[in-house]
Amino acid sequence: MSANGTRDFITGLFVLVGLVALAYLSFTVGGLQYSGDGGLPVYALFDQVAGLKPKSPVEIAGVRVGQVSSIGLDETFRARVNLELDSSVKLPVDSSAAIVTAGILGDRYIQLTPGAEDEVMKPGEQIAYTESAMVLERLIGKFLVNVGDKSKDEDSDAEDKEGTP
Amino acid sequence: MTDEAVAGARGPASRSARSVGATATSPAVSLSGVHMSYGRRPVLRGVSCSFPAGAISVVLGGSGSGKSTVLKLIGGLIKASAGRIDVAGRNVVGLRESELYVVRRSLGMMFQNGALLDSMSVFDNLAFPLREHSDLGRDEITARVHESLAAVGLEDVDDLLPRELSGGMVKRVALARALVGHPEILLVDEPFSGLDPLSTKLIEALLVRINRQHGMTMIVVSHHIPSTMRMADRIVLLLPDTVVEGAPAELRSSEDVRVRHFLTEETDDSEAVLAKAAEFEQGERRPERRGGAGAHP
Amino acid sequence: MNEAVTRIGRAANGITEELGRLAAFAGRILLVTLRPPLRFGEFWAELFKIGVLSILIICVSGVAVGMVLSLQGYTTLVRFGAENSLGAVVGLSLIRELGPVLTALLVTGRAGSSVTAEIGTMKATEQLDGLRMMAIDPVDYVVRPKAWAMAVAMPLLSAMFIVSAIGGGYFVGVHLMGIDGGTYMSSMENSVDFENDVAGSLLKAAVFGVIVALISTYRGHQAQPTSAGVSAATTSTVVLASVTVLVFDYILTALWGV
Repeated sequence: MSANGTRDFITGLFVLVGLVALAYLSFTVGGLQYSGDGGLPVYALFDQVAGLKPKSPVEIAGVRVGQVSSIGLDETFRARVNLELDSSVKLPVDSSAAIVTAGILGDRYIQLTPGAEDEVMKPGEQIAYTESAMVLERLIGKFLVNVGDKSKDEDSDAEDKEGTP
Repeated sequence: MTDEAVAGARGPASRSARSVGATATSPAVSLSGVHMSYGRRPVLRGVSCSFPAGAISVVLGGSGSGKSTVLKLIGGLIKASAGRIDVAGRNVVGLRESELYVVRRSLGMMFQNGALLDSMSVFDNLAFPLREHSDLGRDEITARVHESLAAVGLEDVDDLLPRELSGGMVKRVALARALVGHPEILLVDEPFSGLDPLSTKLIEALLVRINRQHGMTMIVVSHHIPSTMRMADRIVLLLPDTVVEGAPAELRSSEDVRVRHFLTEETDDSEAVLAKAAEFEQGERRPERRGGAGAHP
Repeated sequence: MNEAVTRIGRAANGITEELGRLAAFAGRILLVTLRPPLRFGEFWAELFKIGVLSILIICVSGVAVGMVLSLQGYTTLVRFGAENSLGAVVGLSLIRELGPVLTALLVTGRAGSSVTAEIGTMKATEQLDGLRMMAIDPVDYVVRPKAWAMAVAMPLLSAMFIVSAIGGGYFVGVHLMGIDGGTYMSSMENSVDFENDVAGSLLKAAVFGVIVALISTYRGHQAQPTSAGVSAATTSTVVLASVTVLVFDYILTALWGV
């Protein structure tokens, strides 16, 4: 079969360019991330996880080290969030996990703050220190209540401004 | 190409001694009671005929008489609605496509328009069946391809594309391709159509030589009477209501007027030609020239 | 009245039969694919004819569509003060819908019709019969490489279309309409999600590729072996494949839970 070498080469280029385009769309535009090897599974309990989803990223100092694998309810009605971290992460046992928001109205993700202990977490262990998700409505409510209290102390008209705690 | 050049060309290399799948008494191909219709139009009604092994048989008939159909039925390209067709000892009616492939390995077909793969060079066209079906190495394939091309008197055409070939060359390449697999039976569909007189003679000479050299069974569909009369060992004439078989000389002196009129070229009168045409139900008939020495309009 | 009902019944029968034949044809292609020889060389050559030769029309159309989308998007968004979301609007529209669908329609017109014409002409010139007489299945040698090339080329071309269109949109949005380049891209990146959008886009393109592959090769293979027959088959490929792509676009969009 007489193969046209130039054509075959160009076809190869075509396939490469197409794959690059696909990769660009998937990774850069679509935010697909290499999810790491997920070799270190740990978990944490939260009172409130509002807005956190499976596959939400887990970061230390702003660097992604893993993702949320699943979220469920444990026997004490707290939210149990299972995390999959890269196996290369050496997380001290007294580290803490907080659910934070990217921007004011952005997506939720988990931020880990490493502790000071030498001992590191092993697969399946629990992150003991957690800080729950901040719910904006509650915060506003708290703020209004605080303002109302202050005014109450200073001024008797403050009763009108009372919001729901 | 002159006759001398054709005769002088190197003949095909020795073939492996192959017993043609039929003995001297049993024909290579035979049809029994074959019925075939294109949609609602019946083409063959209970046709029975036989083609002896090692002989050149020519199928004749008016346009629409079904001669190309017979060839395609033998090759299994179309299916008969009833009857039996024995090809090299096997009945091909009712066989599945995969089973037909086995039968076709011993057949070679030369199509009317060549049916060469137009995207490939001549060499690749001929090498194609060998590459697909045999374990031959590159050198052997090259040798076989050149052997076949030489058998049809062609050289230095390896890199040409089919569209760059003249009509006569296309036919010869098609013949070479049909031969490259060393078939037992060669099916030839209208080998002389669209050819000038010289090319016609050339193809005829090639077919005859290949038959004589290898004892290859040939079934040729044609409407070129002069060549037929010269080269056929047997003629199968498809008439609207019957099939007439026999040697050329027998048919020429047949009692059936239609048979004689079909085969001879006495007429030069237009009226008589038209009258003859009326005898053959379907389609047109070309007026025959007097004294046919291979010239065909 | 009876007449009309009978005709509807016959038409429905006809369509079902046709679908059945198409499915059987698809089955044949799969079967011959599973058997050696691989025929990779033929596949690669067809990939050139179907893919590489479509690059120009795909990229030019992509840029044009992106530019129009950006222009239309801007004029509408600016009314709501939301022009900074232009990147998101352009990106999402292209990735989810316009990329796969327009690519499929363009490829159908360019390569689909050419595949049908090529196979149909081979049938008319007895080349397919010639192959059968040489004990080679035309579905194996002729149809299979073309079908696979079409199915593989479609997602690649769709991605190229989308990227070209994003570029065209960028040009209009940033250089003509004055949106900040960084805003354009980040608004797109923030709202496009791989799972919801890009993966679905890929799936659509792949399905469309299979649809066009099947229809174009089937029509060519079934064509009447005359020039009128080949022409009719080619037209029918373009019409049938286009309509089927659009119908499946809806089905896939609904199924993907967008």
